[in-house]
Amino acid sequence: MSESIKTAETRLAPAPASIEGPAERVRRLRVGGLMLVFALIGLGLGIGTNGGKATFQLVSGDLENNLVGIPAQPVAILLGALGLLAAVAYVMRRVPTKYAGWLAAVLGVCFIGAFLCWAAAGKVFPLANQFQGTLNFATPLILGALAGVLCERAGVINIAIEGQFLVGAFTAAVVASTTGSAVAALIAAALTGVLMASLLAVFSIKYLVNQVVLGVVLVVFASGITGYLFDQFLQEDSANLNTLDVLSAVKIPLLGDIPFFGPILFQQTVLVYLTYIAVALVTFVLFQTRWGLRVRAVGEHPKAADTVGIKVKRVRYSAVLWAGVLAGLGGAFFTVGYAGSFSKGMTAGNGFIALAALIMGRWHPIGAMVAALFFGFATQLQSQLQIIQTPIPGELLLMAPYLATIIAVAGLVGRVRAPKADGEPYVTE
Amino acid sequence: MHLELSGLTKSFGSLVANDQIDLVISPGEIHCLLGENGAGKSTLMNMLYGLLQPDSGEIVIDGEKVAITSPSDAIKHRIGMVHQHFMLVPVFTVAENIMLGRENTHPGGVLDRKKANALVTELSERYGFEVNPEAMVEDIPVGVQQRVEIIKALTNDARVLILDEPTAVLTPAEIDELIAVMRQLKENGTSIVFITHKLKEVKAIADKITVIRRGKVVGQAEPSASEEELAELMVGRAVDLVVDKEPAQPGEPVLRIEGLTVIDERGFTAVDGVDLEVRAGEILAVAGVQGNGQTELAEALLGLTPIAAGRISLDGKDLTGVTTRQRLDAGIGYIPEDRGHDGFVGSFSVAENLVLDLFRREPFGKGLRLRTDEIEKNANERIEEFDIRTQGADLPVSSLSGGNQQKVVLARELSRPVKLLVASQPTRGVDVGSIEFLHTRIVKERDQGTAVLIVSTELDEIAALSDRVAVMYRGKVVGVVPSDTPRDELGLMMAGVPRTEAHEVAIENPTTLGTI
Repeated sequence: MSESIKTAETRLAPAPASIEGPAERVRRLRVGGLMLVFALIGLGLGIGTNGGKATFQLVSGDLENNLVGIPAQPVAILLGALGLLAAVAYVMRRVPTKYAGWLAAVLGVCFIGAFLCWAAAGKVFPLANQFQGTLNFATPLILGALAGVLCERAGVINIAIEGQFLVGAFTAAVVASTTGSAVAALIAAALTGVLMASLLAVFSIKYLVNQVVLGVVLVVFASGITGYLFDQFLQEDSANLNTLDVLSAVKIPLLGDIPFFGPILFQQTVLVYLTYIAVALVTFVLFQTRWGLRVRAVGEHPKAADTVGIKVKRVRYSAVLWAGVLAGLGGAFFTVGYAGSFSKGMTAGNGFIALAALIMGRWHPIGAMVAALFFGFATQLQSQLQIIQTPIPGELLLMAPYLATIIAVAGLVGRVRAPKADGEPYVTE
Repeated sequence: MHLELSGLTKSFGSLVANDQIDLVISPGEIHCLLGENGAGKSTLMNMLYGLLQPDSGEIVIDGEKVAITSPSDAIKHRIGMVHQHFMLVPVFTVAENIMLGRENTHPGGVLDRKKANALVTELSERYGFEVNPEAMVEDIPVGVQQRVEIIKALTNDARVLILDEPTAVLTPAEIDELIAVMRQLKENGTSIVFITHKLKEVKAIADKITVIRRGKVVGQAEPSASEEELAELMVGRAVDLVVDKEPAQPGEPVLRIEGLTVIDERGFTAVDGVDLEVRAGEILAVAGVQGNGQTELAEALLGLTPIAAGRISLDGKDLTGVTTRQRLDAGIGYIPEDRGHDGFVGSFSVAENLVLDLFRREPFGKGLRLRTDEIEKNANERIEEFDIRTQGADLPVSSLSGGNQQKVVLARELSRPVKLLVASQPTRGVDVGSIEFLHTRIVKERDQGTAVLIVSTELDEIAALSDRVAVMYRGKVVGVVPSDTPRDELGLMMAGVPRTEAHEVAIENPTTLGTI
């Protein structure tokens, strides 16, 4: 038999670039349409920008030096036009499919730039604050999203991140207040995160409870119990139980001296550095270690894992419990990392935004981090714009990050592939 | 390794899937487990592999009684299994799949990918497999995926290798390669348990044959036994292996497909510019290895999957772009490939499923109301006409056997006036008795002047039913040939060899199954 026949493969040939599947076409037009809308708004903002200079403040709190002024209108129009170009190129399929995503990124940056020029025209925009705040908002989101990545890669849906945040925030507040030790507070928060995670694990893995319903129930439970304890004890004796020192920033030598980005990235609290480490660690563990391989296997095809002798449930338990550590730390950020005291419902839906970041980041730790940073940026921008008083009502701006979430999750993430066995309990006969 | 199963019994509820099964596997033998779909072969092997626990009975290895409570026990006792539905993680690479569960690591649990790659390369060279360790499993053809499964078992030093219906996804040439591998393993002293319901394969490969019927061992047979004898043992009565069928009397073309192109979800060209024509009163069979675009072709005909280019017309009427309901109303009957998923609603009763696409019209639907009496009357008639074995029309379809479920689907589709019947894998997972019935009924439909398009991966079925055969490979039709084309020639075309070349190559290189 001839060699060509022996090696004949039945794999389907990739579609030539000239033919576009109907689903892809619909997606391109839908996303492209959305991009065009944004591009036109961006250009409109550019044209509507007042004359004069937009001033950007590069060092937090310093109103004298380190200011950069740019002619607002020309720059805004330029950026708007560039964004429109990117959107048109996307719709017309002028770049290879592989790089089409970059066009969206270009548009995004141009739009934000044009928007900032418009908002800051004739004013001073605290740019350093913007980035600093982005990181503040994003830190718990990143930790929460990483927790979600670990759970869902192992096949357990974790809607309860919000609940884990709440108990983590609460415990950290109480422990920090009573012991005065930040380290103890972080450890305690991580442990309560694990406690919540163990509820999720037992009910979903052992008792096969529907994971979405279970997650929601756990959030309600967490909000109930922290609310109750807050009313009963913390309010009575808030001086002893709910007053704590926020973690102080630690400057990393050399890195912290980099102009502009140094102070933003490397003059931060321990918790933020832990978050950096967590992103790297989760990525490495998930894709380079034995445990990570097994976690991904039980999330994709648990039966295949079972047939090679892997204890599916045990791996799932370990993934969910480790995720609890991350989510608990994320919760601690709200109190010891930021606010300095606990208040009822203070996590304000951030656990769900973390979930959105996880999906937008396509179940990948790095992707989740980028998405979390984006959401953090949007939230911070909204509060900045209220301060410098733009013509847009504050209420509308408050909606911006959530709107961004919906758009991002619904339309822009493209063909999302969740772990195949995500949310499916593994049952052996 | 000497393996003995004695008195293994397993029931699921009231169904006794395995009843006191005794089986002896000697070292270095190829032992065929022959039985119909649903006879209990897979249940038995799943118990041996630790995926199911027997209710009673014991497993004895080399004179020692062992308990196998999980696959890791089985692996420890050097039992390996290649499952009918591959146990591979599609988004992992070949090497990742092979190391899973037995990873070589650097300190700290970090995967040693180099070692895994080297192992895959070494084993695939030793057995003449061409497997790239870094290829993603979802991107490689099923035949290669099967080799990955075999390598997986071999890396665990399996002394008994269970192959569950391994040939279902292979072309005849690939089956030959598999047979060669099995012989090579056998020479090394590995015993092989080969599960199948295909008689030709049993005769070609087996050293010993054990036949299982309805959960019981009904006898042993020699490979020299005739197919008729084996079939009789397997089914429990004399079986007519040939469908009685007069030559077709084709009429006018009914279905016309021109330049049909379908892009699948992953962006691959699943169907690539297919032109086909099916005439009234003929059966056109689409042959090909699973995953070469046949599924998408059938779905595109029904409007279940969007098409990227091309035209479909029925009796001269353009159907491109109209809804599935309109296509059904235009006279297409459809038996989907995965009946449990697309063919019926398992929890609905037989009667309800029989009107699943008829309930809108009289007499079943009237205004907002369903006429339950008419539905019941219809059900009783269909059950009679199609010999559907059920305890009652009000029982859920999921309680029926595979063959009877398929009869429900066929009965429903033929309850409407149909110009074209599209049947994907009409007898997959169906017992021999039902296969006979379904085949006869499809031929009868043809004789009444319906155009019939069959999609099948079973060459036996294609030989039995078709009047013409269209062979698909990578989304293209390699050729349309008469139904009496030799099996080997079809097999080569299924691997993409053009018809003229296939004819010569097939004569020069007869395969094992082709010559039986």
